[in-house]
Amino acid sequence: MRMAKYVIKRVILMFFTLFVITTICFMMVRLLPREMPQEKNLAAVIEARWEALGYNEPLLTQYWIYLKNIFTEGDFGTSWYITFRQPALEALTSRLLPTIIVNLYALFFGIPIGIALGVFAAIKKNKWQDSLISTAVMVCVSVPSYVYAFLLQYFLYFKLGWLPLQMYSLADAGGSYFTPKMFHSIIAPVLALTFGEIAGLCRYTRAELTETLTSDYMLLARTKGLTRGQATTRHALKNAMVPILPMIIGSFISIMGGSLIIEQIFSIPGVGRLYITSINLRDYDIFMMDSIFYTAIGLVGGIVVDLSYGFLDPRIRMGER
Amino acid sequence: MSEKILEYGMLPKEKFEFAHSGEKLTDQKFEDKPIGYFKDAWIRFRKSKASVVAACIIILIVIYAFLIPIVFSDKAGLMVVSYAKKAPRVVSLRRPGFMDGGSDRDFTEKGLIKVLAMGIGAEDYDGRGVSLEEGMASYYQPMVKVGEGRITTTAGKKETVIYSGRIDTYLEVGFIYRNIEQQEYNNIRAWEEETGLHILYPLVADNEWNVDATDANNWYKTKKSNPVTIDENGKAKTIAYEPGMMLEDNYMRDAEGNPVYYVYAGGGTMDTALYKVRILYYNYYRYLYGSEPDFLLGTDSQGYDLAFRMADGIKLSLLVAVCVSVINLVIGAVYGAIEGYYGGTTDIVMERVSDILSGVPFVVVATLFQLHLANRVGAVPSLLFAFVLTGWLGTASRVRTQFYRFKNQEYVMAARTLGARDRRIIWKHIFPNSLGTIITSCALVIPGVIGQESMLSYLGIVKLGTAETTSLGTLLADASSIWTNYPHLMIFPALFLALLMISFNLFGNGLRDAFNPALRGVEE
Repeated sequence: MRMAKYVIKRVILMFFTLFVITTICFMMVRLLPREMPQEKNLAAVIEARWEALGYNEPLLTQYWIYLKNIFTEGDFGTSWYITFRQPALEALTSRLLPTIIVNLYALFFGIPIGIALGVFAAIKKNKWQDSLISTAVMVCVSVPSYVYAFLLQYFLYFKLGWLPLQMYSLADAGGSYFTPKMFHSIIAPVLALTFGEIAGLCRYTRAELTETLTSDYMLLARTKGLTRGQATTRHALKNAMVPILPMIIGSFISIMGGSLIIEQIFSIPGVGRLYITSINLRDYDIFMMDSIFYTAIGLVGGIVVDLSYGFLDPRIRMGER
Repeated sequence: MSEKILEYGMLPKEKFEFAHSGEKLTDQKFEDKPIGYFKDAWIRFRKSKASVVAACIIILIVIYAFLIPIVFSDKAGLMVVSYAKKAPRVVSLRRPGFMDGGSDRDFTEKGLIKVLAMGIGAEDYDGRGVSLEEGMASYYQPMVKVGEGRITTTAGKKETVIYSGRIDTYLEVGFIYRNIEQQEYNNIRAWEEETGLHILYPLVADNEWNVDATDANNWYKTKKSNPVTIDENGKAKTIAYEPGMMLEDNYMRDAEGNPVYYVYAGGGTMDTALYKVRILYYNYYRYLYGSEPDFLLGTDSQGYDLAFRMADGIKLSLLVAVCVSVINLVIGAVYGAIEGYYGGTTDIVMERVSDILSGVPFVVVATLFQLHLANRVGAVPSLLFAFVLTGWLGTASRVRTQFYRFKNQEYVMAARTLGARDRRIIWKHIFPNSLGTIITSCALVIPGVIGQESMLSYLGIVKLGTAETTSLGTLLADASSIWTNYPHLMIFPALFLALLMISFNLFGNGLRDAFNPALRGVEE
């Protein structure tokens, strides 16, 4: 019961936060001067549409219209420059798939390798294998992902010619995101994302596992007669996973946001690229939509991570003071 | 054995004496100095080799970013458009393939002759005719080395000969046309006299053998850009690349057959009249800047020296990062202290505010600040605002936790009983306890800010590329579409960025371990 109360409280607070942020964002965006396209006919059409949609009303009225449209019709505004008169929500959802695919592949490769390396490093603590992995992890965590992206492009495309420079467009790859050709062109961005994923997870796993490996119940397990391997897999690893799993769950939610920079470098038609394009073209409705989307993902991710601690570890009671 | 003990037992009594007779026994004073919190942290920081190395690298980078542009201030702001995107080159160190400003390329026969002709033309300053051997030996020969030709078939059509060669990209600029005033012409002539080097070369005749009149490197006779010789009958014969190749010059000549070095190009009076001249750019650079083009890290896409440009970028990154961490420290400390000390409703309200702020995605904040403020206060201050808006949250929550830990301790109560005011208790008694955590978080804020700043400028959300300021991210963004041809444009900024991030992270981790009381006395 306490749990349900806690969840409800968190969700209500989340919506409150989202509302405040949306309001501030909306005011900031609508205060910006709007830019008209060069072409006269298009400018006239857009001007007329804006007038009809109430873009020239006072700010609070505009906000009221905006909220009303969201709640009654699910209408988050319209794209004016990126794709003319496409609903903003549709513009966003149509770009979700590529982002999710690329990031899912990255997680798919990154999680097992990251955990395996972390476990290996923890078992071999303070030996050369550990220092090697720790150094590599330090480098991978510190170096920004676009530096890897450049290196990958340089070696795999420019020097060796194994991979294409950028992601194929849907038409080039045969009309689907799941063709082998498309996968081939996705490898480079996936790799660029995987490095950071592996490094982060490996570091975390190592830290958690070294802590559990030295705890008292491990000693007990060994005195009971378990071999080192048995004790590690059955006792240490399970306990070490408690903080790691929420982190993984969190990264599954945050993949929807995509990576701004990787999408830009490999020209992935995803959410991050939409964001950059909307800024460059001053397509403010799309910008608004993307901002709300990013905020919502962040907030939902935070709640899910917090709650998953409680579900995974019965010792943690939710909502306790 | 027992005999020996007996022996000792029989020692005479007078040989014994009291150990401390006549001395006053007291506790001894400590000989060594007490080790305080910071000294202890310093001792432990020193033990971590990686952090010390990182600290040294940071110091070196700071020296590079702040001192080098001051020491070489005459060269720091230099922009040479003709030498944009050139590879690293240092005359005193250069070997083939190293620091020679070189680039490996494939040439067709036509292209090869064109490059070789730059060296030949550089020797042919008076139109007397120069052979290929002399041209190859010329100091201004762009071709560093050229291999044997190989035959390739292009797209199933005809066979062409391709030569692989390495070319000095600085000398490859060759000749250019310039319009100069008479005064400068005289200055150049005087400089030539003094040094024995040549800048001014004969102009090229504007006739049928000159295919491209704007290209000053087209000094020999060509037909459809193939080099030719003209025999007595006026017939053109294509020249092939071979050891004895001799190009026939196409210089503009006066009635007596002497080459012409300048023609009137426009302008009114004696002073302002402009004359078109053909100059060897390499020596013109020497004339302008007093030395041969030396660029340790090459030049960037606009023609600035990449080494100085990167120093500018790093300087900006470091300044922004330090400013942000100091401002965040102050705001976070005050906010966290008030939250933690007063607790209750104050805490709940303030926590709500920071909750909302922490929900705002950083990119969105940065973008909005840029869109609103960049035109009014400039890109860098609006970037600072964006960092400050949400950056202090981490510090504030850490300080808050520390205050919750310490505010009910006995010594605080004692201070309160003695009549200390809130402000005194906060800053004198509790705050020093959270200093370690704050310093640590501060050190880890710096690499975060550098990373975010370079990401934003790479994406073009923050536009920092002006003549004075730039950022590593901007340099990378400029390089992003062309770096496959000019790898140094990407490699050096990426390398420095990686180095900065790694060393600051290592340094920050070292600080964190040093200030963490839980690790005190733990030896690994």
